[in-house]
Amino acid sequence: MSPMFETGAVLPTQRYQVTRADLVRYAGASGDFNPIHWSDRVATSVGLPGVIAHGMFTMALAARALDTWAGAPGRVREFGAKFTKPVVVPDDAEGVTIVVGGIIKEVTQDLVHVALTVTCGDQKVLGLPKAALSRG
Amino acid sequence: MPVDQSLAGRTFAPTDSYAVSREKILEFAEATGSAYDGQGAPATFPIVIAFAAMNALMKDPDVGIALHRVVHGEQRFVYTRPVLAGDRLTATLTVDSLRQIGGADIIGTRSEIADDSGAHVCTAFATLVHRGEDR
Repeated sequence: MSPMFETGAVLPTQRYQVTRADLVRYAGASGDFNPIHWSDRVATSVGLPGVIAHGMFTMALAARALDTWAGAPGRVREFGAKFTKPVVVPDDAEGVTIVVGGIIKEVTQDLVHVALTVTCGDQKVLGLPKAALSRG
Repeated sequence: MPVDQSLAGRTFAPTDSYAVSREKILEFAEATGSAYDGQGAPATFPIVIAFAAMNALMKDPDVGIALHRVVHGEQRFVYTRPVLAGDRLTATLTVDSLRQIGGADIIGTRSEIADDSGAHVCTAFATLVHRGEDR
C-alpha cells in the first residue's frame, strides 16, 4: 500500500473538464435522459439558469478520482454524497471544470476513509462527499 | 399533493434481471473518463440498475409522485463487491423513511442489488426530494 495512505495525508487534486457533449454521452450511458441535462428550454422552464450536469455524473467524476488515488479501479467499498448545488454547464467549447480534492481521515486494518471536496468555480457542488477504499 | 403516507416501510417487487455486458461497463467508463481493466465496473455504475427501481417507484400511480417535481438529494453506495461483466442483477427497493419538510416530501429509499444467486452486490441508498406545488 502506498505510503501516502496515512491519516491526514492530502491526496493529489484532480481536475475534470465537463462540456455539453459529456452530458449527452453520460445520459446515454446511464439511461438518465431528464431534459434538464441537455435542453436549455426545459432547464430554464423549471427555474434553472441553464442546462445542469447530472448529479450522478459529478459523483462519477469524484469516483474516478478515488480510483486514481487507490491506484486501481474496483477498490471503493462505500461512497456517498449530497447534491447541494447544481453544476451549470454552458454551451461552449470550454464548459466547466470540476475539481476533486481529498484528505485521508482514518486508516483501519482494511479500509482507508477519505473525505472529499468537489467544487466547480468557488462553489462546493457535493455535500459531505466521503468514501471508504479497500487497502488490498 | 403529498405522496401516499403509507409508503414508509414498503418494499417493491424486484426489477427485471439486468444482464451486465462488458460493452455496457466500457460505455459507462468512457462516459465518465474512468479506467476499466475488465474487472470491476466504475463505483457509480450500479445507479444504472438502481435507477430502474427508482423509476418504478416514481411512476407507480398509487404512490402519487409527480416526476418533474423530483430532485435527487443524496446518494450513497455500500458494496460487497464491484459489478462484473456477466452479472445478472436485480434491484429491490424499500422506502426506508418518509418525512415532510417545508412542503416537500423527503423519501429515503434503499435498493438492494443482488446477483442471480441471490448474493448481495451493492446497496444503493437514494434520497428523493419531492417538491410540493406552487414553489
